[in-house]
Amino acid sequence: MVPLPYYLVLSGILFACGVTGFLIKRNIITIFMSIELMLNGVNLSFVAFAAHWHALSGQVFVFFVMVVAAAEAAVGLAIIIAVYRTRETLNVDQVNLLKL
Amino acid sequence: MLHLALFSIFGAICVAGAVNLLIQRHPINSALSLIAVLASLAVEYLLLGAEFVAAVQVIVYAGAIMVLFVFTIMLLNAGEEERTRGSRVAIIFGIPGMLVGSIVVAWVLLRYSGTGSVPVGALPGPPITIAQLLFHDFLLPFEVTSVLILIAIMGAVVLASREETPPPAERGHI
Repeated sequence: MVPLPYYLVLSGILFACGVTGFLIKRNIITIFMSIELMLNGVNLSFVAFAAHWHALSGQVFVFFVMVVAAAEAAVGLAIIIAVYRTRETLNVDQVNLLKL
Repeated sequence: MLHLALFSIFGAICVAGAVNLLIQRHPINSALSLIAVLASLAVEYLLLGAEFVAAVQVIVYAGAIMVLFVFTIMLLNAGEEERTRGSRVAIIFGIPGMLVGSIVVAWVLLRYSGTGSVPVGALPGPPITIAQLLFHDFLLPFEVTSVLILIAIMGAVVLASREETPPPAERGHI
């Protein structure tokens, strides 16, 4: 028996780590990975609540989150490749113009 | 007791991987620690009785999405990130903010959210039940996500392709 708040605290810690990575990282790929970390923190709380309230729809929502994460990763990494092709850098501080 | 021990061990691995993701300078190290986070989260899902979600987590997240990340890192030959003024300001304000936020969230959760506990395997999520939910109750969202992923595929192809193919003479330089 694991208390439900433990799961929620773990998911909150993961989400906070994701937010911190989003703030302090300068590499655009690492920023993307921080977003994945945030999504995983939310997924954990979804599954924990699903188990707590005996509602399987929480697990179904995890699949939707995973689909959105997969779509986001595909499009985002394509954008990163396009940015690298024009800027020759992955540092977000140097990507400060919408158009060259 | 065993469940709590397993939860603590894999939760510690999870948090350590997440912190390591923040500390590492090279993106490939961050990607590998993110894979550790995802794998230990799959174990947490197993503890919650969500076997199918755990399997999908390993296959889709730790498999497909992270392969995409590692592939991009290697394709772009990403090196260590350099420190800039903006990142130092972000560290000064970001890390204390994260710590304060985590402590407040943990305190509120542990204090006010009751003592409900989750028995291990309380809600076995067999694939057949999830499929009934997914293809019956959530049929419209399921179809919408399939459209979403189709659009994402097309967008990725359009974005990653070159705008126009160079003439054959210049192709050798690229």
